[in-house]
Amino acid sequence: MPDKPSRPSPALALTNPRTNACANPLTNVLTNVLTMTGRSIRLSRRNVDALITALALPALLLLIFVYFFGGAIGGRTGTRYVTYVVPGVLLLCAGFGSSSTAVAVTEDLKGGIVDRFRSLDVSGTAILAGHVLASVARNLLATALVLALAFAIGFRPSASPAGWLAAVSVLVAFILALSWLSAAVGLLARSPEAAGGYTFFVSFLPYPSSAFVPTDTMPRWLAAFSDHQPVTPVIESLRSLLLAQPPGTAPWVALAWCGGILAGAVGVAGVLFRRRVG
Amino acid sequence: MSIAAIEATGLTKSYGAPSRAGGTGPPVTVLRGIDLRVAPGTVFALLGPNGAGKTTTVRILATLTEPDAGTAAVAGYDVRDERHRVRRAISLTGQFAAVDEAQTGRENLRMMARLAGLGRAAARARAAELLDRFGLYGAGDRLVRTYSGGMRRRVDLAAGLVGEPEVIFLDEPTSGLDPHSRRALWDTVGELAANGTTVFLTTQYLEEADRLSDRVAVLHDGVIVAQGTAAELKSRTAGHRLDLTLATSAAYLRLTARTPHASHHDPGARTLGLPTDGSARHVRALLDELDPAGTDVTHFAVHTATLDDVFLTLTAPGPGPGPGQGTAHHA
Ligand SMILES: Nc1ncnc2c1ncn2[C@@H]1O[C@H](COP(=O)(O)OP(=O)(O)OP(=O)(O)O)[C@@H](O)[C@H]1O
Ligand SMILES: [Mg+2]
Repeated sequence: MPDKPSRPSPALALTNPRTNACANPLTNVLTNVLTMTGRSIRLSRRNVDALITALALPALLLLIFVYFFGGAIGGRTGTRYVTYVVPGVLLLCAGFGSSSTAVAVTEDLKGGIVDRFRSLDVSGTAILAGHVLASVARNLLATALVLALAFAIGFRPSASPAGWLAAVSVLVAFILALSWLSAAVGLLARSPEAAGGYTFFVSFLPYPSSAFVPTDTMPRWLAAFSDHQPVTPVIESLRSLLLAQPPGTAPWVALAWCGGILAGAVGVAGVLFRRRVG
Repeated sequence: MSIAAIEATGLTKSYGAPSRAGGTGPPVTVLRGIDLRVAPGTVFALLGPNGAGKTTTVRILATLTEPDAGTAAVAGYDVRDERHRVRRAISLTGQFAAVDEAQTGRENLRMMARLAGLGRAAARARAAELLDRFGLYGAGDRLVRTYSGGMRRRVDLAAGLVGEPEVIFLDEPTSGLDPHSRRALWDTVGELAANGTTVFLTTQYLEEADRLSDRVAVLHDGVIVAQGTAAELKSRTAGHRLDLTLATSAAYLRLTARTPHASHHDPGARTLGLPTDGSARHVRALLDELDPAGTDVTHFAVHTATLDDVFLTLTAPGPGPGPGQGTAHHA
């Protein structure tokens, strides 16, 4: 579009001309996603109650598992219980952390801000990606806190730097998939309260898995479910990578699960977004 | 220029009313075929009562909702087939504040400026400039959550101006503003138009449409019942209303019988509203004619005709459904 060359009154004219939005669509999309991420991070930083819950709850859970249950379960896990349970607590914390994405998305839909973003040609995917990336940032912060606390109470992983990197990658993939799933739920929910109810479901998923107890201690049907649900390979990857044991195929199974969930959630969220705002 | 900034032909829109069973009930027809044409660099006001379909029209023109039928082009681009080009040419300030409560005014504006395609430094400068212009400089670094309703509205309006849109949509921009802020907004709109921007706004106030716009359209029951300059519209109505408060109920009844053209009745307050052009001569003549003895009328007041008065005039003689009878505005 041609710029209007000379404007009589400078009061409302731009200090700098608008950069040509058509020039490079990719840069444009990237700017939009980064801007939306910055926004979502600021919003989460100021949602103090939710932030405290997201950071304090995993830490509290770690302490509860290690000191309340650790004595009873610890003997059957083959390592110190704190070392066994940390990956599970990290996943619990990912569940809590990502579920607030649903609430954030529902809050957005309540007001007129999505209309404004769309009128600025920001895609629904960019809006959701902002929430999801902020969720990843929040979760990594919570992860760092849990790890620091775990170290303080005796967590001694033996992973190499490469092992750490691989473990963090699997964890990030899991958080991404859960957060995007959560965004899709936010598009379905009619109220932030309903969206918040989703926290419940996701935060229970790690229990029927090898997160807190070995699955061979469970009834057979539950063990069968636990062995084949997505959380278990994620846990097993984290545990083996952090303890420098041979991880086998677990990381690949975990990444396949996360990739599949992510792709599905992105697709479903796209459809739901168009249906919800059109 | 012969090409219109906004051109719409035969727009229709209905919504399937969600029923309690979860399915959809009979559709609610909101727009029944709307034609609009707005010349570049002019201000166009769409007037209508609650539920007339103003917001629906704005959302269709701003590419946020697809019309069921009809075509519309904004800034020369089709709202259906070229929506991304339309979006790069417009800005929209909706009826309800669309800013983040948990960001400061400045953060909101900077974010919108970045999304509108400004670089980092330009966005910062633009945010400062707009805060200043909208009288929010001191409050710029406070969270919007702490703002008053009017301040919120002003940030919202400022957010609509961060880019350099060719066409600006303002949906009831002055709702919730005090007279001072309202005037400031009117000035801003005038300035935008003087700079060549096309402004499409909706309002429920004839006075505002009159003051701001080059052309006005009145939307009622899903159709445009009148379109023209404010002066043309006013010539179809009296423009003002003379309210007479009467000393006794008997006098009220007597005068009501003598004035079938009265557009306002309030028996409780014994007040009767009559169309007038607002001139001293006409008001004096009316008073002399209706109350020659000077004993019946205790008070009088002259108002600018309200939207109601215009509607009564515009919709009374037509064959279409009168106000309140249509189905369009029952939510
Ligand atoms: N998404 C929707 N689903 C169902 N009905 C809708 C929807 N949006 C609007 N309507 C209906 O369409 C009609 C017109 O609504 P619209 O918001 O366009 O009116 P308006 O002129 O902007 O009114 P107001 O002055 O109150 O803002 C109303 O009856 C409303 O209930
Ligand atoms: Mg409206």
